[in-house]
Amino acid sequence: MQSTAGRLRAHFLLAALLPCALHADDIVTVAVASNFVKTAVEVSAAFTEITAVPVRISPGSTGKLYAQIVNGAPFDLFLSADTERPLLLEQSGHAVNGSRQTYAIGSLVLWSRDERLQGRDCREVLERGDYLWLALANPMTAPYGAAAREFLEKAGLWKMASQRAVFGENIAQTLQFVATGNATLGFVALSQAKDPDLPVATCTWTVPATSDTSLHQQLVLLERARSNAAARQFLEFLGTPAAQEIIVRHGYVVPD
Amino acid sequence: MDELSGMSIFAPLLLSMQLAFVTTVVLILVATPIAWWLSQTPSRFKAVTQAIVAMPIVLPPTVIGFYLLILLGPNGAIGSWWVQMTGTALTFSFSGLVIASCVYSLPFAVQPLQSAFESLPRQTLEFARTQGASKLDAFFAVAVPMSVRGFIGAAVLAFAHTLGEFGVVLMVGGNIPGETRVISIAIYDQVETLNYGAAHQMSLLLLVFAFVVLFGMFVINKRWSMR
Repeated sequence: MQSTAGRLRAHFLLAALLPCALHADDIVTVAVASNFVKTAVEVSAAFTEITAVPVRISPGSTGKLYAQIVNGAPFDLFLSADTERPLLLEQSGHAVNGSRQTYAIGSLVLWSRDERLQGRDCREVLERGDYLWLALANPMTAPYGAAAREFLEKAGLWKMASQRAVFGENIAQTLQFVATGNATLGFVALSQAKDPDLPVATCTWTVPATSDTSLHQQLVLLERARSNAAARQFLEFLGTPAAQEIIVRHGYVVPD
Repeated sequence: MDELSGMSIFAPLLLSMQLAFVTTVVLILVATPIAWWLSQTPSRFKAVTQAIVAMPIVLPPTVIGFYLLILLGPNGAIGSWWVQMTGTALTFSFSGLVIASCVYSLPFAVQPLQSAFESLPRQTLEFARTQGASKLDAFFAVAVPMSVRGFIGAAVLAFAHTLGEFGVVLMVGGNIPGETRVISIAIYDQVETLNYGAAHQMSLLLLVFAFVVLFGMFVINKRWSMR
């Protein structure tokens, strides 16, 4: 018994000391916007396999992560869902100047699992207003919501849609509203619609890419990681064909 | 942005007050018989019932909200029944929020009432019964007046807990101005859009209002107990 307890104690000691044993440069901590989390997990697994450098991912909404970074959150990289927050971080000196770049371009999809819409044209359903609730991400807080609103306004559908719109806090919650059958249809990210864990859609329609509806997602290297070689290595890895293949497979377009 | 930002910072607070008030009234009506039964029963189901009533304290609000979204949704057990009865959906509506808030705040209403009922002297109730009062009469004529502090405690806790509610409303509300955008959601929106100034204003408003209400309740409570 004594030896077991002793061994256990040794394990605890080891576990407690492990984070200190790892030099700060030997791990990359990445703050990732919720819509890109699944992709980021796969990309980091590929990265770790090659470099043996572990990656820690902290998911959250872009706005929340931004507020945390400004208040000293210990992140090395920030993969945002928009271009605005990375720019703000660069301007305020929280991010390394010149590190800002687009890593993925997302698209909007009109998506439903309502059985009554089986075989119908999703776009036509939207135009005719044949729905009880239309889900979109909050245009004030979520880039995908802002893009959806932009599209609806240009198509002259916002007036009708806004009367029956429900707003998800982020794009993941928006999908939840539709996937649970509470909203008839909703604007979600193509990357979500491609998720194999999702119930089969009864109708989908990809919103054509324009400057308003394609979502440029940018990243920045954060100030505290200025001299973190592993973080820069991860940044470079995102541009390699291996990483870009994963990003494209998840429904994003990569910048040229 | 007008539909989303909302014209006034008072509108979400007013909605929160309405929600908290309606929820408190409904909860007192629902919680009183539950608490009374729990305080009087020798049943072996008592512990089970108590554990079930306390469940909402354990689960994270967003998780409760997620299951309520399923349950109250048009395909859910309660939601589909509601659609049949009323023709309207329960999620994304004020009624839906009331139901969700009642579930979420149930233990906070039941527990103060139960302890108040349990501390009633048995002889008093028995005496009322020997004087020919029916069980119901004895309850309203003796138990209720003697448990006023319990009722005040239950009302304060249910009201305050609903006022500060966020996760559950976030999940089943859909952030609709005037219908489901309560103050906590409105503050969160302002924080997320970097409007920290507006967020501070709304938070201050909520804090002042909550303080006044709670302070008032405690003052009343103290007066009552000194009588």
